[in-house]
Amino acid sequence: MSNDRTTVHNQIRLSRRRFLQVLAGTAGALVVGIRMADAADAPLPLAMLGDTFNDLGAYVRIDADGNVLIGARDPDTGTGVATSLPRIIADELDADWNRVSVVSLGLGVTDNNGQPRWTYGRQIGGSGGSIPAAWNDLRHVGALARWLLLQAAARRLGLPASNLRCDAGTVIAPDGRRFTYGSLAADASKIALPASVPLLKNAANYHLIGKPVGDVDARAIVTGLTRYAIDEHYGDELIAVLAHCPWPDGTLAQIDTTDTLAVKGVLKVVQLKPEPGQPLGSTVIAPAVAVLAVDTWSALQGREKLKLEWKPGASGGESSNALEQQASALLAGKTDPTTRVRNDGDVEAAGKKAARRLEATYFQPWLGHVTAEPMNCLVRLDKDRASLVVPTQAPQKAWAVVQRLTGLSPAQIDIRVPRVGGGYGRRLDHDYVAEAVMVAKAVDKPVRLMWTREEDFDHDYYQSGSVHHLSVVLDRKRQLLGWNQRMASASALAHRNTPDNRLWTSELHADQLPAALVPNYRSDWYALNSAMPRGPMRGMPHTSNAFAVESFIDEIAHSMKEDPLVTHLRMLGEPRELPLSVGGTFNTGRLANVLKLVADRIEWKNWLHSVNGLGIACWHIDGAYVAHAIEVAMQNQKLVIQRVVCAADVGRVINPLGLEGQLAGATLDALSTALNLAITFKDGLIQQHNYKDYPLASMAQLPNAVEVIVVPADDRPPAGASFLAMPTAAPALANAVFRASAVRVRRLPLMKELLRML
Amino acid sequence: MAPVQAQAVTVTSDSSIVPEKIRDGIDLEINGEHYRHTGDPQMPLLWYLRDVLRLTGTKYGGEHGQNGADLVLLDGKAVSAIDQPMTKLAGRQVVTVEGLAGNDGSLHPVQQAFVDEDAIGCGYCTPGWLIAAVDLLRRKPNPGDDDIDRLPNLCRCGCQTRVRSAIKRVAAGKAGQP
Ligand code: FES
Repeated sequence: MSNDRTTVHNQIRLSRRRFLQVLAGTAGALVVGIRMADAADAPLPLAMLGDTFNDLGAYVRIDADGNVLIGARDPDTGTGVATSLPRIIADELDADWNRVSVVSLGLGVTDNNGQPRWTYGRQIGGSGGSIPAAWNDLRHVGALARWLLLQAAARRLGLPASNLRCDAGTVIAPDGRRFTYGSLAADASKIALPASVPLLKNAANYHLIGKPVGDVDARAIVTGLTRYAIDEHYGDELIAVLAHCPWPDGTLAQIDTTDTLAVKGVLKVVQLKPEPGQPLGSTVIAPAVAVLAVDTWSALQGREKLKLEWKPGASGGESSNALEQQASALLAGKTDPTTRVRNDGDVEAAGKKAARRLEATYFQPWLGHVTAEPMNCLVRLDKDRASLVVPTQAPQKAWAVVQRLTGLSPAQIDIRVPRVGGGYGRRLDHDYVAEAVMVAKAVDKPVRLMWTREEDFDHDYYQSGSVHHLSVVLDRKRQLLGWNQRMASASALAHRNTPDNRLWTSELHADQLPAALVPNYRSDWYALNSAMPRGPMRGMPHTSNAFAVESFIDEIAHSMKEDPLVTHLRMLGEPRELPLSVGGTFNTGRLANVLKLVADRIEWKNWLHSVNGLGIACWHIDGAYVAHAIEVAMQNQKLVIQRVVCAADVGRVINPLGLEGQLAGATLDALSTALNLAITFKDGLIQQHNYKDYPLASMAQLPNAVEVIVVPADDRPPAGASFLAMPTAAPALANAVFRASAVRVRRLPLMKELLRML
Repeated sequence: MAPVQAQAVTVTSDSSIVPEKIRDGIDLEINGEHYRHTGDPQMPLLWYLRDVLRLTGTKYGGEHGQNGADLVLLDGKAVSAIDQPMTKLAGRQVVTVEGLAGNDGSLHPVQQAFVDEDAIGCGYCTPGWLIAAVDLLRRKPNPGDDDIDRLPNLCRCGCQTRVRSAIKRVAAGKAGQP
């Protein structure tokens, strides 16, 4: 497609595979983007530029009136990336934030001989990787746009660009003359690019990075105008609601749709089946019957009137209790582990030299995702085009599902990703996209597929329950001599084309505490087999392991009649950098620092004398550090969380307000989960169908505030933080409960166990 | 084309032509506008708002509105829109999240306080919190922590502490101030 309104200029190599690119938009706009290398020599489709972002990887557009439009490439599921990624670009550009609007970019894909080429590079939300990736490439977009504007001003003034400076959307000359970016945009878009990438700003000159700012969508959200996928329309779409088979591997034995089809507004009933051989998460989650109607109410009534008889498959014999017993039996037996994840020194030999030994077993339940916005997908299929609005964390994976089911070429698939009502890992899977496409293929109309809340509870890729057996030996000087962690769980990576020898990676982390701090350290993983679908979950595997490890360290301290802060600090030792097995380092000093910060803030020195219970815990994830201190009171049989302090060290902070929100939010989510939540199943049937069975914490059960301390660490690049505060909340809570009640809770959810033991 | 001239019509009281009766419907007021629902009287208000009026700020949360995402003000009181069949709503006043701001676009103090406190995670549950907060502040202009504790809303993203701050900010008359 050609378009004479726009001219392609040069491009600069940013890295081996990425290029910066500049375009002149309509009406004197300057547009700068990043393109992937393999697109370099292909003809470029230039449609639409000037009206909207096109598929060139455009990120910044400066209009003649000075308005700046910045694209956010990663889906925002509540992590704040729609705010923080554009801030990174805007700072490098020296833009006036008040003139910036943000648009979500949708999936960037073009056709590369039948293969997809991802024009925006990485597009994943909620994995903790958005900000580190943006730090590496998006800053260059802003820097190049700024460089071009400076050159344009320099020519106009007849001065060298080095004499000029930029401030809040203006170029300023030494004599005080000023040019707004808008007035320079048209000229800037015609300037030849520099031979190499312009230098990035000196950090001392950041004017947005490190400064707090509210969510860019806040106003639209509080006025109810933000459209999530579930709110989108194609005008004449049919609504599809589903009745899934209660067993993922079950079958439909009988179906009678007479009464359903008699409901006014109901048009059709369509049967769906998982495609054999497809990995979990890319096809239908369980056999299902879809009821299509002109509106949601008719569809729901039609669904009510379905007469269905489902037959269980092999999973019909499964129960969460039996799986836990299997896990315990595996850990008690003599069988070899499925994977020996780490083995430093000689744990057995260390055991013989022990002055003190201790062991304990911790139990954690199955969990569900329970996103606020239930699974849904809007799709329109034309002969040569598929258009979708998808609430996804990974639009490229959604694309693959659509492509497989439609056979369309890469660029014929258009996926828009509005703000998403929660992800937590659930939306890394795209069963609901497969369903929507299958249903749309069966009718000649656009379709909006919508799950009911019950369907959402009953058909999830759950987090497996787990059993952790920990044993430790200490020498006479109270040093940890040997540590042995054995864990049994059903891998979240099973049935997903993951090689058997990698299934442990979703369950245990090779570098988790106290690895590298104990000379003889071993961690073993034992696989459970289950047909209950499983998948990625926010904060895992850290959250489940930190509960076991950090509770156990507290128990070790107690067994020695020692302050657990002292035990922790001795374990961490001198500040030093220890290599991580995945690359990068673990800085023991930084971890000790966040621990000391929360202890100070909660007045830890009173811990023995307080009538309330105080608990602490710390953890590190890929170079980010976090600690919690929690104070609880037992009032009769009621647990009151009085204070919660969280400290984090994540390197440079892009948006302190956003980070604080992420840390507080993850803390509350982790507490809510630890207090009350468990998914159970019997005869393969999930037993929690609604919030009353799976009670997310109410306001009353949660602390009134989370005090967040962010460690200034501008010497290091930013790390991801969306789930950083999850792992330490539950163990800090359980440790505090122990001090307040003398009950050691080794099984989650905590409230049920505490009430049983009190 | 020549403009169409209006024509005078003489109507006599004994005319045998009876005008077709306007279809029966349920008349109600939503965000200050009058609407007549002529569809299934059992249709819950939630689907009327979302499917018929395309007012999608009120969210589907689940059956019986268990997470509070579908709260609306019905004659000033917060109720779950999914639990209100249209047949019960004749002559009543509904305010949805879209109706909280002033006609000039000025935010309601509760909306402003949520923005001030950045009390937003994914934002899907936010409209429900706003309605619940407006309802609470109407009943108790100066609510205590216990009152806030009784709000029915759930939030998986963990924005509860900021919601609490936002409500206290409104009570203190500080919405919109630094
Ligand atoms: S903000 Fe996401 S559920 Fe409340």
